[in-house]
Amino acid sequence: MRDVAVVAFAQSPNVRSTDAIPVEMLMPVIDEALEGSGMPREEIGFWCHGSCDYMAGQPFSFVAAVDALGAWPPINESHVEMDGAWALYEAWVKIQTGEVDSALVFANGRSSSGELRRIMSLQLDPYCVAPLWPDSIGLAALQARVLLERAGRSEREFAEVVARSLRDAASNPYAQVGGEQTAEELLDEPYIADPLRRHDCPPVSDGVAAVVLAAGDLAREVSERPAWIRGIDHRIDPQALGVRDLTTCPSASLAAEQAGVGDGGLDVAELHAPFSHQELVLREAMGLGDGVAVNPSGGALAANPMMAAGLIRIGEAASRIGSGEANRALAHATSGPCLQQNLVCVLEGE
Amino acid sequence: MASERCAVVGIGQTKHRSKREDVSMPGLLREAALRALEDAEMGWGDVDAVVIGKAPDMFEGVMMPELYLADALGATGKPMIRVHTAGSVGGSTAVVASSLVEAGIHERVLTVAYEKQSESDAMWALSIPIPFSIPVHAGAGGYFAPHIRSYIRRSGAPDDVGMKVAVKDRLNGCKNPYAHLHQPEITLEKVASSTMLWDPIRYDETCPSSDGACAMVLTNEAGGDRAEAPAWVHATAMRTEPTMFAGRDQVNPKAGRDCAAELYRKAGISDPRTEIDIAEIYVPFSWFEPMWLENLSFAEEGEGWKLTDAGATELTGELPVNPSGGVLSSNPIGASGMLRFAEAALQVRGRAGEHQVDSVRKALGHAYGGGSQFFAMWIVAADKP
Repeated sequence: MRDVAVVAFAQSPNVRSTDAIPVEMLMPVIDEALEGSGMPREEIGFWCHGSCDYMAGQPFSFVAAVDALGAWPPINESHVEMDGAWALYEAWVKIQTGEVDSALVFANGRSSSGELRRIMSLQLDPYCVAPLWPDSIGLAALQARVLLERAGRSEREFAEVVARSLRDAASNPYAQVGGEQTAEELLDEPYIADPLRRHDCPPVSDGVAAVVLAAGDLAREVSERPAWIRGIDHRIDPQALGVRDLTTCPSASLAAEQAGVGDGGLDVAELHAPFSHQELVLREAMGLGDGVAVNPSGGALAANPMMAAGLIRIGEAASRIGSGEANRALAHATSGPCLQQNLVCVLEGE
Repeated sequence: MASERCAVVGIGQTKHRSKREDVSMPGLLREAALRALEDAEMGWGDVDAVVIGKAPDMFEGVMMPELYLADALGATGKPMIRVHTAGSVGGSTAVVASSLVEAGIHERVLTVAYEKQSESDAMWALSIPIPFSIPVHAGAGGYFAPHIRSYIRRSGAPDDVGMKVAVKDRLNGCKNPYAHLHQPEITLEKVASSTMLWDPIRYDETCPSSDGACAMVLTNEAGGDRAEAPAWVHATAMRTEPTMFAGRDQVNPKAGRDCAAELYRKAGISDPRTEIDIAEIYVPFSWFEPMWLENLSFAEEGEGWKLTDAGATELTGELPVNPSGGVLSSNPIGASGMLRFAEAALQVRGRAGEHQVDSVRKALGHAYGGGSQFFAMWIVAADKP
């Protein structure tokens, strides 16, 4: 495999709702990522985009985003109807073929156009499940309930995840929510979907992100401290809740194993755990010990721009390597109800 | 840079029809995937990864349906990627799948593309009013008709060239058991008397709306060597240009020309007209055949229609175009690009049945999408690159 590194990352501030259209949101962030990489636009070998039509309520919504790229002369470009983390995977594959040495990956996470929790129902089996409209928060609550009753977890543990995430988010200028609250204070809040309280659920966020990848010597040339991708893998579980044990996440375990998570100690793990209890599931599934700093950015509980939040995890982990705060980091992205599909990326300094 | 060779060793497609009410979405996909696996003499367990492509999710009303379809496609515990690059998606999906093999990441990749338009309504999905955006209420035909009028004006092509394409592709489609439309009685007169939908596009010069799926199994060199009749991937290329850039030529888009140039460079092709034996080109409206012949450098600018007019693109011509019947005979949108790629591979494998062209060694698969702005292409051959 070729050595490939994250050499630049940029994101917009995450907000509950913006009037800006995706092109307006993406242009400054893509420019900032290019500037951070020091690479001129015309030298980017491949472009890859992650977004979802149902977020925009519009077919072919990704097409307009091409207007944000300066795609003239025409560019080598692709798009996945997935979180940008999978766009990064496609770009990494393209670099592995040897056809290109660099890529710009971007994700449109504008989630406020419709009622997100209801929109997510349309991911479900269209014949037997979606017509009942179980929403994303309701399904997550079912998973949390199983954790409480079958896995010995407690609501206090959920609250502790939230308290730590919001405290860390307070120092993240891109986070949407954050602040100091104790687990006791959080446990006094009412349920919105028993056993989940509002803070156990991610905020609805509008935000976009971009990452620049470069291979080998090019990465060393453009970055003082590239964040090398030592392993990247993604796996999927079946969707039907009736065939899954929701207290575990086999696809995350397998992806972590394939990405080489266990090959060395981790300083930081940026987990895309949209609901507080899902962090507990993921930590266990990926075998993360107590010594790992989980979600120093505040994670998805502080900002969850759908389709960008996974890519942001990779960017956040890479930034911590770039700054020297960490030398080995894990980044994770998820998709589908109750952690159905998972991507794991292991990043290291030189 | 060393990269692994990639071969197509299994191809499957469904019978395309306007409404496949006999199968669910998973049933439709499995019909194509199982045929591809059977052709490759493999089972679900032999597949390392699944790459799936389709056009907008609103065409069925399921958001990111690959999540729901993962289990039915045997993807449990495997990597699964979902590609969406508008009409070119079937082609780009195959390109992503071939990249996984060429990069040495996987040995055997199943790639599937589909559309089940009868689950929703494509014309509705294309006509949702978006604030501050230009509405495309007329659907794709209304969007592309002005490009065709411009082509006719620029090239001075006679009015009946588009009709000739329609007759040729529909007659080719009659030889393809999977094709949606079988119209053995079609004639130039019938096409000429069909309703004018979007001047100059008549009803009979328009692609149908189809339910359908296409699947391929791709393997590395060792897998190709074991196969009876592999189609070797010689080159792939993709290009994109913006929709709203005033400097673009929508009739002969630069992204298409650049994509073809990159493709031929990678495949070591200097004269596509003589070196490529057949071409499966994405022609949803008849006039796109001469337009793309020029865009793909099979003819000089303004000359593409002469190839069609002289019969060069017929099944027995110098450069058969769309022996399968093309998009004009079957259009399960998301799968239409992959069908072009797969039919190109079928031809070099000598397995195209009644629409097989004699001694095909090298073939082009082509797909385009959006406002003629997304392009995906590949060259496959009977011999190793």
